[in-house]
Amino acid sequence: MTAEQETSSCEERVIMYREALNEALREEMERDSTVFLMGEGIAQRGGSYKVTVGLLDAFGPRRVIDTPISEASFTSCGVGAAATGMRPVVEILFIDFTSLAIDQIVNQAAKYRFMTGGRGRVPMVLRTQGGSGNGLAAQHSQSLEAWYYHVPGLKVVMPATAYDAKGLLKSAIRDDDPVIFIEHKLLYMSKGHVPAEGYTIPFGQADVKRTGKDVTLVAWSGMVPRALAAAESLAAEGIDVEVVDPRTLVPLDKETILASVRKTEHVVIVQEAVRRGGVASDICSIIQEEAFDYLNAPIRVLAGKNTPIPFNLNLERLCVPQEQDIIQAVKQVRYVQ
Amino acid sequence: MASKEFLQDLYRTLYTIRVFETRCIQLYRQGLIKGYFHPYLGEEAIATGVCAALGKDDLIISTHRGHGHCIAKGADLKRMVAEVLGRETGYCHGRGGSMHIADLDTGNLGANGIVGGGIPIGVGAALSISLRETGQVIAIFFSDGASNNGVFAESLNLAAIWNLPAIFVLENNQYAVSTPIEESSRDPDLFGRGKGYKVESWPVDGNDVLVVHERTVKAAALCRAGKGPVLMCCKTYRQGGHHVNDPGLYMTKERLEYYSTHEPLTLCKEHMYRGGLCSEADIERIEKDVEQRMEEAIEYAKSSPEPSVEAFLAEVEQN
Repeated sequence: MTAEQETSSCEERVIMYREALNEALREEMERDSTVFLMGEGIAQRGGSYKVTVGLLDAFGPRRVIDTPISEASFTSCGVGAAATGMRPVVEILFIDFTSLAIDQIVNQAAKYRFMTGGRGRVPMVLRTQGGSGNGLAAQHSQSLEAWYYHVPGLKVVMPATAYDAKGLLKSAIRDDDPVIFIEHKLLYMSKGHVPAEGYTIPFGQADVKRTGKDVTLVAWSGMVPRALAAAESLAAEGIDVEVVDPRTLVPLDKETILASVRKTEHVVIVQEAVRRGGVASDICSIIQEEAFDYLNAPIRVLAGKNTPIPFNLNLERLCVPQEQDIIQAVKQVRYVQ
Repeated sequence: MASKEFLQDLYRTLYTIRVFETRCIQLYRQGLIKGYFHPYLGEEAIATGVCAALGKDDLIISTHRGHGHCIAKGADLKRMVAEVLGRETGYCHGRGGSMHIADLDTGNLGANGIVGGGIPIGVGAALSISLRETGQVIAIFFSDGASNNGVFAESLNLAAIWNLPAIFVLENNQYAVSTPIEESSRDPDLFGRGKGYKVESWPVDGNDVLVVHERTVKAAALCRAGKGPVLMCCKTYRQGGHHVNDPGLYMTKERLEYYSTHEPLTLCKEHMYRGGLCSEADIERIEKDVEQRMEEAIEYAKSSPEPSVEAFLAEVEQN
């Protein structure tokens, strides 16, 4: 350990989300020689969002592999490599492009273990990123986690902070089943506390990002910082909001969500994805079935509008829950004007 | 020239596949096998010739018409029949069925219900072989139908740029379900498709097991020398429809007639009789033995238990 690193580990070390991901990859590649990376422009270029910067120099071209624009086939290459002893981390630049590889994800990766009677394993991570906010329009801004949430055999991870990004990616790489690891394009530059010592975060453990007694606000990925900002504004108005971030949608930590609901008796679930067929609706139904008697108001689902994401920034903003929308929704369940 | 023992081994595998499919079709008609069942009848020489050229540690990946590949790579007939009957003792404990049998112990990464689905997975296994430097090769079985799927083009290119030890075994049975190859490709022999990717590509008589074997030996040697991949376009003909319940009325009389004699078992027997190498009695002995093993496998499967409901529900809880 260098002197510089030692100092930083003593103090509170603050790094960017993308740097935290880079550290996770680097540490796992150092720890396990079967871990390798594949994707478009990840080697020389270091990835569109600079997540893989420096890894080519550290590990060489056999472990950091640039691929042609062949999403379907290089995703399945991950499946085949994983089934034969490697731990690939495959990157698809935008979650929108996973549609090109959906057979490989849904019919192959997700079902291999099942169809082989448990003999075959696919320890593969599919890293991708979603979300809107940059004016990237309809084919580069979607939030498609519900597609993969829907398919038995896949785990779905959506970190909102640098700390979670690192710990969850390390767990994803060590997992013996396929993991869809969804980053958010607006979070790459966000900063947070990340200890210098290695750590992992187990799947299926929600994180209460802010404790409160009046309303449970369930949010993940890009909605978490917005939910926290809304909670601060609401605190000034006397409403004490608890923000629960499931962090992994599959497996879902129902217990932490339900415990919060039993305490606050009021729930808002906010998701960036369009409402129809979304994860928020499923969480809503779980709460309804398992904690109905605790509720003092109908559950409010706040979601993206049912539309492709428009290019114009004003219109784009309109389609996705903003801080003000969250504030409104929380007040609504508290019957506050 | 092939030895007597070697020819007998090849014939034994060819005949095992033939009997497996024929008997399973009967079991299907009796209602013992449900769902889809895609026989490999008429195409036996490809799986047999390819797998005879591979080592035990080498890998294969298969298709929805995969029983032949599985048998040729050395699978246990009992566990195969048990799986197509959906029993607990089957390869996938009744979870997979005919279209999803995998036998990781013999290096069979599995059949696939999606046409073309196995091709890129096979390339990934070849990449893994290359990264782990194990010296293995993989034979990727797929059909003329799959050669019109986008992943074939992508996969051939990936294997080419990374010089992977993958033998692309294109089984051109001349029908994609019912569409004849002439309607789906300007080049019905298909091997020209490799050239654009600078991949060594050969037309192969897929019904002559010795030809398939000899070509695969050469392909495997190229792959092990870092000169892979190789595309082998093996021409064959499906004896019958796409699946058990398809009478194949669209298949032409001329071709059916030609391929009724230009077919794997007949051609292999010609090799065996040449120069008096084998006698009819040799062949009869092999056939009797295979038939008996198949009957034992059927009895084993029939007397095997259904999968445990409790165990299955416990697994579901883990999802």
